Amino acid sequence: MTKSVRNFQLIDNKSIKKDFYVLELSSGQPLPEILPGQFVQVRVDDSKETFLRRPFSVHDVDYTRNSLKLLIQIAGKGTSSLSEKKPGDLLSLVGPLGNSFSLPENDDRTLLVGGGCGVAPLLYLAKYLKSHKREFDILMGFRNRDRIIEHEEYRALSNVYLTTEDGSEGEIGFVTQHSLLRKEKYSRIYCCGPDAMMKAVGKFANENQIHCEVSLENLMGCGFGVCLCCIVKTVDGNVCSCTEGPVFNIKRLIW
Amino acid sequence: MVNLEVNIGKTTFKNPVLTASGTFGNGSEFDDFFDVSRLGGILLKGTTLEPREGNPYPRMAETPSGMLNSVGLQNKGIDYFEKNIYPKVSLYKTNVIVNINGNYIEEYVELASRVNKLDNIAGIELNISCPNVKMGGMAFGTNAASAREVTKAVRAAYNKTLIVKLSPNVTSIVDFARIAEEEGADSISLINTLLGMAVDIRTLRPSLSTITGGLSGPAVKPIALRMVWQAAKAVRIPVIGIGGIMNSDDAIEFIAAGASAVQVGTASFIDPMASVRILEGIEEYLTTKGFNDIKDLIGYINRK
Repeated sequence: MTKSVRNFQLIDNKSIKKDFYVLELSSGQPLPEILPGQFVQVRVDDSKETFLRRPFSVHDVDYTRNSLKLLIQIAGKGTSSLSEKKPGDLLSLVGPLGNSFSLPENDDRTLLVGGGCGVAPLLYLAKYLKSHKREFDILMGFRNRDRIIEHEEYRALSNVYLTTEDGSEGEIGFVTQHSLLRKEKYSRIYCCGPDAMMKAVGKFANENQIHCEVSLENLMGCGFGVCLCCIVKTVDGNVCSCTEGPVFNIKRLIW
Repeated sequence: MVNLEVNIGKTTFKNPVLTASGTFGNGSEFDDFFDVSRLGGILLKGTTLEPREGNPYPRMAETPSGMLNSVGLQNKGIDYFEKNIYPKVSLYKTNVIVNINGNYIEEYVELASRVNKLDNIAGIELNISCPNVKMGGMAFGTNAASAREVTKAVRAAYNKTLIVKLSPNVTSIVDFARIAEEEGADSISLINTLLGMAVDIRTLRPSLSTITGGLSGPAVKPIALRMVWQAAKAVRIPVIGIGGIMNSDDAIEFIAAGASAVQVGTASFIDPMASVRILEGIEEYLTTKGFNDIKDLIGYINRK
């Protein structure tokens, strides 16, 4: 898993929903092994507003094409500029960075929980689990029907359960209110989404003695552990979410 | 072949490209990217006597052409350093310099005496310019009497190369440069970050938990360059230029203005290979311009 700085060529930029894009980037040479949960730091065209790189979870990897996908939600100038990239454009990436989700035991009952743009690392995680012959369900929460991301791709991998805050699709409410959680006895949960969702899922996991890992999205400077800006409060003190995370067992976090 | 060697204090640097403390971890974070031993030297993350947790999150804000940080010297302390970091950095075939910080003069002195016993450490950078701690740091570096006192005390406790890192948050940088020289420092490095702030207008809260923080990046380069030029004219000891150096052109400006070496800082966050690319760029520039020795470029603009 050697880290490097490399130029990738954009081979596809697909608008999947208002403000959401999937960029496919090809390295032109073999990719290093990338684990689910890891991220890359992307350089946005040099402008005075986008001085630092932007971190993105690896959304999918295709080793045969030497390519990886990033799911991008427009949130500011950096993501807006990336959404306008066209095939052939070059992007500088640093990666792969960070740790990864653990591999469940064979007898684990595993649930993947995602919300909003936080579903990004779960697609690659689902594919990874599938290739390691692990079974799992997927639960996703969105604000409303119009915000649902790509769930057909996830459906091809496993059962997908949905909640929307307004009930326009799936069950009404938040992911932690889904009836699935009362019916099934999960032993392992992987979660990525807004802070409030991860905290609620973490609380549910704690109360039910379920092993739970969350992928945090902190503001980052470097992405490889030298600027000490993306710190997370843990039982072991402040640690960098870019090197000791972004995936944390909730037992380690002080929320 | 161009001669890139420079001498600072009792130390010979094989080239003038060093890394700025707090932007290069302990070196090993860069091992995947390039051979750290190619650099003239590395300055490690600031070390204190006791472990420090630093300031609360958020500690960073992106600003036009730069960034603010308020890390607050998070580090594991000198005991951890001696046991776990020192053996690793000892393997690098380049000069390793320890950046030391304290709340009180006695702490700086104790740190200096302990680092003095570490054979593979080429020098100390005395940090009297950190803007993100309540005690020590910049409080020493913005007061002439305390800057003098701490430099004098550390000099007495330390035999090898002593570099004093100056704060730009002063009225006259020249006064502090002279104080460091008078008290026996071998070199001065400047600038540390400029005190700044940012407000998040969505939440109407300061962007940093500490409200103010240190500004770095290209935004500070012209100020840094001006201060390096002023300091280099005022003292005879070598000056190390720091501040917004993103590429070799920037580094060459500092050297031509009087810096004997440069430290690459924030640039390493954006391009982990920035320092080594800058080294290559300087060498190419010297060759193209027909300089045989980097020393001929140092302070070039100041010559008649």
